Amino acid sequence: MSGHEFQSFFGESGEVDMTDTSTSIDDATMAELRELAGRYPQPRSALLPMLHLVQSVDGRISPAGIEACAQVLGITTAQVSGVATFYTMYRRRPGGTHHVGVCTTALCAVMGGDALLERVSEKLGIEPDETTPDGTFSLERIECNAACDFAPVMMVNWEFMDNMTPEKAERLLDDLAAGREVRSTRGATITSWREAERVLAGFPDGRADEGPSAGEASLLGKSIADANGWTAPKPEEAK
Amino acid sequence: MSDTLTPVLSANWGVEKSWTLDAYKTAGGYQAVGKALQMTPAEVTDLVKDSGLRGRGGAGFPTGMKWSFVPKDNPNPTYLVVNADESEPGTCKDMPLLLASPHTLVEGMIIASYAINCHTAFVYIRGEVLHVIRRMQQAVKEAYDAGYLGTDILGSGYDLDIVVHAGAGAYICGEETALLDSLEGRRGQPRLRPPFPAVAGLYASPTVINNVESISSVPAIVKNGSAWFGAMGTEKSKGMTIYSLSGHVNRPGQFEAPLGITLRELLQLSGGVRAGHELKFWTPGGSSTPILTAEHLDVPLDYEGMASVKSMLGTKALQVFDETTSVVRTTLRWVEFYKHESCGKCTPCREGNWWLVQMLKKFEAGEAVEGDVDKLLDICDDIGGKSFCALADGAVACVTSAVRHFRGEFEAGYSTPAWELFPYGRSALFEVPETMGAHA
Amino acid sequence: MSVVTKADQVAAVDLITVTIDGIEVQVPKGTLAIRAAEMIGIAIPRFCDHPLLDPVGACRQCMVEVPDAGNGRGFPKPQASCTLECAPGMQIKTQHTSAVAQKAQKGMLELLLINHPLDCPICDKGGECPLQNQAMANGRGESRYAGVKRTYPKPVNISAQILLDRERCVLCARCTRFSEQISGDPFITLVERGALQQVGKYATDPYNSYFSGNVVQICPVGALTSAAYRFASRPFDLVSTTTTCEHCAGGCQLRTDQRHFQVKRRLAGDAPEVNEEWNCDKGRFAFVSGRGEDRITRPLIRENGALRIASWPEAVDAAVAGLAAAGGSAGVLTGGRLTVEDAYGYSKFARVVLGTNSIDFRSRPAGVDEEAFLAANVAGKTLADAVTYTDLETAGHVVLVGFEPEDESPLIFLRLRKGVRKKGLKVTAIAPFASDGSAKLKATVIATVPGTEAEALRGLDLAAGAVVLVGERAALVPGLLSAAAEVAERCGGRLAWVPRRAGDRGAIEAGCLPGLLPGGRPANETAARVDVAAAWDVDSLPAEDGMDATGMLAAAAAGELAALVVAGLEPADFADAAAVRAGLENAGFVVALESRMSEVTERADVVFPVALIEEHSGTFWNWEHRAGRVNTVIKQPAAAMTDLRVLAALADALGRPLGIRTPKQASAELAELGAWDRSGTEPVESVATPAASRRRTRKAAPKAPAVVDGEVTLKLATWRQLVDGGRGQDGEDALAATARPSVARISPALAGALGVAEGDPVAVSGGAGWYSLPVAITPGMVEGAVWVPMNSPGTPLGELGMVFGDEVTLSVGGEA
Repeated sequence: MSGHEFQSFFGESGEVDMTDTSTSIDDATMAELRELAGRYPQPRSALLPMLHLVQSVDGRISPAGIEACAQVLGITTAQVSGVATFYTMYRRRPGGTHHVGVCTTALCAVMGGDALLERVSEKLGIEPDETTPDGTFSLERIECNAACDFAPVMMVNWEFMDNMTPEKAERLLDDLAAGREVRSTRGATITSWREAERVLAGFPDGRADEGPSAGEASLLGKSIADANGWTAPKPEEAK
Repeated sequence: MSDTLTPVLSANWGVEKSWTLDAYKTAGGYQAVGKALQMTPAEVTDLVKDSGLRGRGGAGFPTGMKWSFVPKDNPNPTYLVVNADESEPGTCKDMPLLLASPHTLVEGMIIASYAINCHTAFVYIRGEVLHVIRRMQQAVKEAYDAGYLGTDILGSGYDLDIVVHAGAGAYICGEETALLDSLEGRRGQPRLRPPFPAVAGLYASPTVINNVESISSVPAIVKNGSAWFGAMGTEKSKGMTIYSLSGHVNRPGQFEAPLGITLRELLQLSGGVRAGHELKFWTPGGSSTPILTAEHLDVPLDYEGMASVKSMLGTKALQVFDETTSVVRTTLRWVEFYKHESCGKCTPCREGNWWLVQMLKKFEAGEAVEGDVDKLLDICDDIGGKSFCALADGAVACVTSAVRHFRGEFEAGYSTPAWELFPYGRSALFEVPETMGAHA
Repeated sequence: MSVVTKADQVAAVDLITVTIDGIEVQVPKGTLAIRAAEMIGIAIPRFCDHPLLDPVGACRQCMVEVPDAGNGRGFPKPQASCTLECAPGMQIKTQHTSAVAQKAQKGMLELLLINHPLDCPICDKGGECPLQNQAMANGRGESRYAGVKRTYPKPVNISAQILLDRERCVLCARCTRFSEQISGDPFITLVERGALQQVGKYATDPYNSYFSGNVVQICPVGALTSAAYRFASRPFDLVSTTTTCEHCAGGCQLRTDQRHFQVKRRLAGDAPEVNEEWNCDKGRFAFVSGRGEDRITRPLIRENGALRIASWPEAVDAAVAGLAAAGGSAGVLTGGRLTVEDAYGYSKFARVVLGTNSIDFRSRPAGVDEEAFLAANVAGKTLADAVTYTDLETAGHVVLVGFEPEDESPLIFLRLRKGVRKKGLKVTAIAPFASDGSAKLKATVIATVPGTEAEALRGLDLAAGAVVLVGERAALVPGLLSAAAEVAERCGGRLAWVPRRAGDRGAIEAGCLPGLLPGGRPANETAARVDVAAAWDVDSLPAEDGMDATGMLAAAAAGELAALVVAGLEPADFADAAAVRAGLENAGFVVALESRMSEVTERADVVFPVALIEEHSGTFWNWEHRAGRVNTVIKQPAAAMTDLRVLAALADALGRPLGIRTPKQASAELAELGAWDRSGTEPVESVATPAASRRRTRKAAPKAPAVVDGEVTLKLATWRQLVDGGRGQDGEDALAATARPSVARISPALAGALGVAEGDPVAVSGGAGWYSLPVAITPGMVEGAVWVPMNSPGTPLGELGMVFGDEVTLSVGGEA
């Protein structure tokens, strides 16, 4: 050994994890993949939803999942892999039961997101893109999630956790770890990341009616208008 | 002169179970669609044209005109694709709209599809908003069950299917041609134009792509008329729109107002910048729109007003930062966002953002050297206006506007770390340990 | 100043005028600015742009300023000239006249280089690298980039042959666009995104494309290299020669590079009418077969049962003694490797020196009505009245009969695919199953059991202008060749015959068939013989009918042929290898002209060494009837002998001089002879259709034959895969590793009846033997047939005595 071993930034990049070829994809999954492909004028349009379904079944984008999508759509595995590695929601390694995201794009970061991420990371004992050894949590540093009026924002299984503080975050993680019921501030009861992925694939879980219609910030303008008697013009006035 | 705030799209958001078909109908929903289906498609398009509605997704292109570009003689089917990929930093208007009132969009889609003779329409929603997707999926199902979707809608003989499609994490898919590639199951990278989507979009067929808010505005226009819409806003920027106020303000939130309101007015409504602090800089429409300062508080927040101060209305995402905030730090975080979200297709965006992040980290750490500000600007010049799509232009705009207004803060990066000049804990909404320093 | 370019003189209506750097130029509508600039000699730097790939606008190197888009208004931003269509009145300013364009280009180059390694001294591309050239010409002396460069483990084998150094890649997407657009093999694609974007494949699916080498050639940096050439030479040490590929009848132009008298690499030439700028991997990489220990460099004569080295005079004397003793009871087998000049030498040698019409180039299974078909439809034709590559693109409809272009004529495949993608071409394939190649051509496949193709063909409703492409194996189905001719004529379409080997078309023209003299002259017509005899300055030509290859070998085996002169053939290429060996062994006397030891030399009495393809000049006529120059790549003072030169020496020694000894002389003489003018003679009988094939076969879809005791009788479908056991590919292991697996294809229904699963071994037996290979269950495979490769490494069908259309038995088991 020369002592000058080549170090690469991106050693593992370029494909999904081929060291773990386990899969839970069965005939029922294949039927659902085909069903998704049938929902579009051209089957390949279903690839993103199909990969969401693969995650819900295998807990990651598995090699078997890539091969199944390629087979159903009649495209090459390379083409599926090119898509699977492009989008950040597709995971190369098994995600946790709960996938925790902390927004650290500029506004959230400035308003406390950086501190939140530090705290969450410390509490879980993992860095972003890692999963706790017990498989309960995976952590991601996420980009702007379109909830800036509720900054700083966290997401659990892609459900909004608005107006976070370090204390709220700790409690949230404790509750999730203990299996206590947790509700999204603007969403449903937290289920699991895999169940969320199934909804994203296009198989609803019947929870749309849970949660509020809007958060307080969303209603702010309307409530101020109401207080001041402000409205849009009446149609007849406009004529 | 209209009222200061004019809730139209947001009028029903506070209603009990506002997302359901029943609540929406109780609030007057699905009246416009009946009216539209009695008009000819051309009449609907003309009405929207006459209203002066301009795209609410950032570019401000007249919506009705976009519809009229669809060729009438093309043998392929026409598609409507609604862009619900809301991912521009600071932007947070479409998600609350869809969460609270998905039927507004469904109704708008039916009318728009009818106007352009489309029978299959898509909503492309970013994947990271589970509950929004649930609500949209349910609304579409309800609309089918109630006969607003499917075949022979309301006995008109008109057929329409809507597909709710979840993305998978890619800001670039908000760019309309990248969205199309993504919706075709490909890597979301922008396409060459021409051909424009109106001629060859989804599946190389004529395609109209509109923002959620644009399409959601259509039912009200159909219901109340173009004159009603034009009674709000300014001469060239007509109608009401949703402004999203976030950051260091006492009460952040959504404000639906006529185009042309100013930030000063909005700050007054939201209780101003947080107590004991003052405005330092802000974005008018997301991080891709050049930042502005306190001197721009009275510039009308409309397409023309923002252009007059070298910025853009964008998505009307007003991110407000107070004097505790380091411009260098904020700029770095934005550029890190663009680096993370660059699709990689073209050189200036892929390599340029990679380089800019490294340089900005030096500025933040106080390790930049004399002349680096000019070098930074020169690299921005090599990137800006050269890239395949506008993503890199947005990245460059936040850097150049930051240097334009706060050059001294960048020059301070020749010697002093940003976290020493602006201890980061002071910007946070809660107590942050003293050790909080550079993120890197 | 105004320049009129060549392109515009055709259709003046479609011309528009633009101004580039102050120079007005007229260009066809739709021309890209970067092409318009090329037309007047202005080179705009570029990396992603490639004229044969769809524009992508990715590298952004070719930025220009457009002060006026033709509507009086300019573009506010510089534009990528590779995606900018010229508009009437457009003003374009390149780096030569615009500071904006120059700054944009310099800036882009700097951005491209920040993550590019400085390993030019060890990079294959160094010295011929567009990025290096640009950096040298227009780059900064010193980089302003002080950060960390992107690095990856290197290199990655994307196939056994192609290696990828990701950190050198500039993400121009030429390779991925080639694989997707041109060859239809998207086994490589862009993966990851942003700064991490890279070219990738899927772990278990390598980039096994027949055209993979092209991506190395079009890579504008050294990111893609081949195992064959990696670190073999520096470009500036190479000497390049333009020549023509010897591997098939496609006629691809090549650029062959040699150093120290050894070919180091072969690149696709630039021949817009033939191979455009592409070639196949066999043509690119298979050129080392003549470098092995089996190369023959000295004459050999058999003494006491063994070959020994002999001097040239000694060998010539030995050959002359044997041939003279044969006294006209001789035959000539020429194989398919000969240039037309060499083939002409054999044709003349047979008639003038040996006094026989027994000469045949077909070292393969041949059909009974084939020669007549060739005489009527192929011989004597010129490029002017033939179907060309370009015609295929625009034909509207092409029908493939007994022909699998991706395997059997890869550049036809690429051209068909181009027509399908760009010109609305429809392809119909009459074939046993829908191959991957057919899928890439979006072909309508009419699944046919071998033997029933003629009926399927006659059932087609073809529009005028359609082209019927018939492969050489169609000859094995009685009546199919004539059906093809008839169908093409009936619909007002055109017919082209596509042979497999490079020398085949020229051999016909040279008269290497028993019934044909040079120029398509029928050997059985007195006028034709008189014509040729006069030109050759001999009294007369043999009038007796000659034997074809099978006939000669059978006669030899029976001890009825006194001598054989043989060039470039392998027994296993014939229908029955054992019969060939028996013929060679029992022939009275065998003279072999070969460059490598072979089964023929093993059985020869005298062996003459002849030149490798790179060692001599000549011409290959491709399937279009187009002449492709073969040029001497390796020029050595003591050059190897050509076949023609050896034949001339023998002829001289036999006292009947050939009168030609160089390719130039042969070519001139053949040209002087010209094609047979049929006017005033009896029209050549139209090809007889054997009565058997006129019988209407049943219309109903073929039913699956009965399986009894795990055995079933089927018709054999087969063709040669492009990369296979052919000896011309010897020595190139990386190429061999990209070969498609050898499988037996059967229908799902038959697999079910046999109870075999994908990959299970099955045995195919018939003729003289059997062999076992894994089954590939192929949806759409016609019932009643099995497909196997014709020449899988180690098991050529000739060894088993089976040919296309034979009845064979398929049974479960064996050792796959």
